[in-house]
Amino acid sequence: MDIHEYQAKEILRNNGIPVPPGRVTGNPNQAVDIANEYGDKVVVKAQVHSGGRGKAGGVKLAKNSEEVFQAATDIIGMTISGHRVNEVLITPAEDIDTEAYLGILIDRKTQSPVIMVCSEGGVDIEEVAQRNPNSIRKLRIDPRYGLFRHQAYGLARALYRDQDLVKQAVAIIENLYQAFIDSGASMVEINPLISTPTGCVKAIDAKMSIDNNELIKHPEIQNYRDIQAEPRAETMARESGLSYVKLDGNVGCCVNGAGLAMATMDLVKYYGGEPANFLDIGGSSNPQKVVTALKIITSDPNVEVILFNIFGGITRCDDVARGIVEALKEIEIDSPIIIRLTGTNDEKGLEILSAAGMSAFTSMDDVVKKAVSKTLQ
Amino acid sequence: MSILVSTKTRLLVQGITGRDGSFHTSEMMKYGTNVVGGVTPGKGGQSFGGPEDQMVPIFDTMEAAVKETDANTSVVYVPPAFASGAMEEAIDSGVDLVVSITEGVPVLEMSRIHAFARDRKVRILGPNCPGVISPGKAKVGIIPDQIVTQGPVGVISRSGTLTYEAVVNLTREGVGQTTCVGIGGDPLIGTSFIDCLELFKEDEETRVIVMIGEIGGTDEQEAAQWVSQHLEKPVVGFIAGQTAPPGRQMGHAGAIISGSSGTADEKKRCFEENGIRVAARPIDIVDLVRESLNQ
Repeated sequence: MDIHEYQAKEILRNNGIPVPPGRVTGNPNQAVDIANEYGDKVVVKAQVHSGGRGKAGGVKLAKNSEEVFQAATDIIGMTISGHRVNEVLITPAEDIDTEAYLGILIDRKTQSPVIMVCSEGGVDIEEVAQRNPNSIRKLRIDPRYGLFRHQAYGLARALYRDQDLVKQAVAIIENLYQAFIDSGASMVEINPLISTPTGCVKAIDAKMSIDNNELIKHPEIQNYRDIQAEPRAETMARESGLSYVKLDGNVGCCVNGAGLAMATMDLVKYYGGEPANFLDIGGSSNPQKVVTALKIITSDPNVEVILFNIFGGITRCDDVARGIVEALKEIEIDSPIIIRLTGTNDEKGLEILSAAGMSAFTSMDDVVKKAVSKTLQ
Repeated sequence: MSILVSTKTRLLVQGITGRDGSFHTSEMMKYGTNVVGGVTPGKGGQSFGGPEDQMVPIFDTMEAAVKETDANTSVVYVPPAFASGAMEEAIDSGVDLVVSITEGVPVLEMSRIHAFARDRKVRILGPNCPGVISPGKAKVGIIPDQIVTQGPVGVISRSGTLTYEAVVNLTREGVGQTTCVGIGGDPLIGTSFIDCLELFKEDEETRVIVMIGEIGGTDEQEAAQWVSQHLEKPVVGFIAGQTAPPGRQMGHAGAIISGSSGTADEKKRCFEENGIRVAARPIDIVDLVRESLNQ
């Protein structure tokens, strides 16, 4: 789960990392009031679950009340990589001497947390990494021992020469690693980590993603979830244990298993159709899940045909069939439903369907071809 | 021959009395897997009744279970909140292979567990995987056994049901398998594509290998390079996720560390550049495998 900049900064602040003050609002007038508390120059920053905010015009410097009002009015409501901006963060503008990069993530290759630092931070960090990979210092941390003091010192030395800045950076790196572990994060990033002309090291931007499997241990972080930023259908899916992503096509897909769901979408495309969504009903069997899945799929007005591709394993075909029959009683579905059922309890599933006047395919290729042909008629 | 499991497998089931654990223990016993016992803390001393009146003992701890049964493999069906503890206990117990079916284990916990397993030279398969089946010999996990048959093909996959799709097509066309392995879909898994390729390389009965990948990460690309450098046997590939929307990247850390976007196109290209033939549809895997067998 991605959290907003202001939320990540709150976690950083609670872990003793110097972060400038800031408050969020969805109202330009209130933005002006907040800015007045901070004095002359402020930055107005879109709070949105996406990178590339600055380049999209979602971050603006404002030197007086009019500029704050204008910036907030411009940014609130704008769309960045498909996400609508509902709130802005108002924070004092800092004088910047140097900009560095500090990030931690779980590296798949070494199966360990890796801390990365680069003395050239800022929006072009990926370019820097490509052009000059040696400028990025990466350190693998043994998760059983954690970060040692000398390791944090070595990383800090790669960022600064001045001993006072190094000392501040050591504390920031150690506290950031602790915040990463304590919040069950999969990624945390300070970019830029600045030093000021007066010799202070501070985090003026922060991004953080939390491992979904950790959320159950962290109710305080679960409260950070921005339901407004999430499409309603995705909220509904998540709350029922389904995984759903809306796309632009017209073939609604309902599949068990993420890999098979992706392969089904690919096959729809192969036969000239366009998938309307990714939907994985997950491993466990439960007719009610299928009912919810159908509600979600039919809430998309673009859907012209609904395609079920079920390969029973842990999921039992009779449960899925029962769910489809149940859903047809509960909700009105105008689109044709084309079904493929095979695997665990498929014969029982087929009996349930035929009792309700429906039938099913056994091959994935056949069912996808049939579903796509319905949209091309 | 087979990889990872065989007729020599002596299996303990962790979470044998749970809903999934008990159902799949019966399924594994029906298939002929040598299940020697199970572990559920607090139920030690009881027995588990499998098919045809077979009874296996239940133990409180893995230590006691291994001592009593001389098991060499365990399979984990316990819920995510207890799965890390179960895996740690298994690694400490003396078994050689721990197959973790459980989905939803935190990545940070897996990071510590994999480090522990490497130290103890214990192999972990998964987590979040369907397990492994060697047709006619043994099944450990949840792969439906009706869809497999004995033959010369080794199958490795990150996915569950997509593996079934590929395997059932092979079986329907009379192309059997030596072993089918689901390595799991989590970011940190114990047994990689390359680990399985190494095992299939040494397995004389395996003549063709099918590798089923998906978007995300760079495991498939690294495996493809390994194939071109170390493997004589033909490999057929499939990558799912061509139409998946591009991930909404937060921050730069992912791109900096991997230097790759992990898209389906990138993976397919990498397969082809390294001599792996890529199937356009799951059904096309069968023809490519047949052609490879006839070469």
